[in-house]
Amino acid sequence: MATHAPPVEFALPQVLTYPASTPPFLVAQGAEGRLYKTTHITSSRPCALKYRPSKSYRHPILDARLTKARIQAEAKVLDRCCREGVPVPAVYALDAGGGWLMMEWVDGVPVRQGINVWLGERPEDDAVPDAEVADETPLVDLMNRIGEAVGALHRTGVIHGDLTTSNMMLRPWAGGQSNGVSGEDGEKKKAVGGDVILIDFGLATQSVADEDRAVDLYVLERAFASTHPRAERLFTHVLEAYKQAYKKAPSVIHKLEDVRMRGRKKSMLG
Amino acid sequence: MDTTKKKRRIALGCEGSANKLGIGIIAHDPVTNEPTVLSNVRHTFVSPPGTGFLPKDTAQHHRAFFVRVAKQALANAGVRPSELDCICYTRGPGMGAPLTSVAVAARTLALLWGKELVGVNHCVGHIEMGRAITGAANPVVLYVSGGNTQVIAYAEQRYRIFGEALDIAVGNCLDRFARTLEISNDPAPGYNIEQLAKKGGRVLLDLPYAVKGMDCSFSGILTRADELAAVMKAGGRGPDGETFTQADLCFSLQETVFAMLVEITERAMAHVGSNQVLIVGGVGCNERLQEMMGAMAAERGGSVYATDERFCIDNGIMIAHAGLLAYETGFKTLLEESTCTQRFRTDEVFVKWRK
Repeated sequence: MATHAPPVEFALPQVLTYPASTPPFLVAQGAEGRLYKTTHITSSRPCALKYRPSKSYRHPILDARLTKARIQAEAKVLDRCCREGVPVPAVYALDAGGGWLMMEWVDGVPVRQGINVWLGERPEDDAVPDAEVADETPLVDLMNRIGEAVGALHRTGVIHGDLTTSNMMLRPWAGGQSNGVSGEDGEKKKAVGGDVILIDFGLATQSVADEDRAVDLYVLERAFASTHPRAERLFTHVLEAYKQAYKKAPSVIHKLEDVRMRGRKKSMLG
Repeated sequence: MDTTKKKRRIALGCEGSANKLGIGIIAHDPVTNEPTVLSNVRHTFVSPPGTGFLPKDTAQHHRAFFVRVAKQALANAGVRPSELDCICYTRGPGMGAPLTSVAVAARTLALLWGKELVGVNHCVGHIEMGRAITGAANPVVLYVSGGNTQVIAYAEQRYRIFGEALDIAVGNCLDRFARTLEISNDPAPGYNIEQLAKKGGRVLLDLPYAVKGMDCSFSGILTRADELAAVMKAGGRGPDGETFTQADLCFSLQETVFAMLVEITERAMAHVGSNQVLIVGGVGCNERLQEMMGAMAAERGGSVYATDERFCIDNGIMIAHAGLLAYETGFKTLLEESTCTQRFRTDEVFVKWRK
């Protein structure tokens, strides 16, 4: 879901119009949902509110059915992940009929941004001298944390459906681990530091099929290659960490080979 | 002075990838490149209610009518064969036997009149004709027909497929449901479903809704709709405890599948940051689909572009137009390469005529 400046001022969901709620801030606008930042219960507890407005083009019964089912499905998946220790935002409240879901606010920046800050200063060519390899450890560590997070997700039987580096947040470590390292180096290390939190489960499904897991990994691999071509070779670390985190990984990786060969090209008939 | 003397370019296009045989003649203005439709003749093979069109019978129909349709197209345009620049034909995708029949006929014309041949991708033909008729500059394209369901956007000289049907096409789903109900295939099964649906709307029957990202699936919906049709025939009752009719079934089917199409189109529009949408292909004639797409586009501050049955439904003029665009960039298909293929993806075509 790409974000664009809203063409018009949107009507707020009713829950955000109550005088007690903190003035909402529109964070993102996608094709079918809007994300607001507001607070939950107390004004010091920030939260994210995902709102699926009703679509006038759809039949009202179909619209209500879809909105309700999608909010419920997303909440169920998040709840399941939370219970099983997958790093996702906790669900605070929801009103499926009203089309909204309130979640824990995740601080930090998307992984995409962190990686881009890290890569920012590097020369274009991919040939990295040996001396620089050690220098890459923080980025490799990040790849490992991504692999662990996805491994934990698949272990619980959840398929994300839209794994990209934009749908993962980097929540800064308390106190910051780059203490003691100062200057530009420290800044760059800080950019790729933090816990990986998976977000946006709008397309998530529950499945235990290797095929679905492999497609999930393939989507991430493709997104990674197109978003961070210069870090593409480090993607193997994601798969390595995935194998460590998830014991049925080998058969998924095997399936991934098939999915890669097939791509998403379907030959057309008729 | 020189430019005014330049001759307009004229192409004849032959289309026969499914049950329509279409031959059209188009002219491009030498200065403005504005296309002018000189003739657009079509003859449709209509199968009896409850049946679909089979490749063998359809090919036979095309062979039987080709000469008649071609003569009519020339007569309507008032053009002599010697004035033509090239003969364009559908290379694919489509049904093998009908494609071959028309390709052979197009070759014959090219040899007979000593003209160049231009093989055209059927989907690109639809897109280019839609753009030319509506004037939409760079829209997200929803191409929906009996054989294809694709959400397409142009980027870097190719029409890229953002989303598509994972199994049967939406038009195929509608056509086959018309067969289940045994309603007429004349003028088109989808048209008759649309008319029936206008009488429905009392209830919305529950059908599966299968959207996966920007892709969608229709075979499960058809299965469920067929089951509901059997329930209806047995006198069963709908969600409101009343019996339901063919019209209610058609209404529910249209509401469900069109909502899916609009949803995937909206997602593609958000993805590429466009607020124009162009609907092409036979299902694109459906006014309910156009209305729903219009409501979505309006919410995004944009608009919908659609054409009527002359250009939405398969026709020869779109093949002539897309072929002539390619021909003007120097593209031609040599006789020994003038084959056709059932599988020919939209993104395989290098779109040299666009920036």
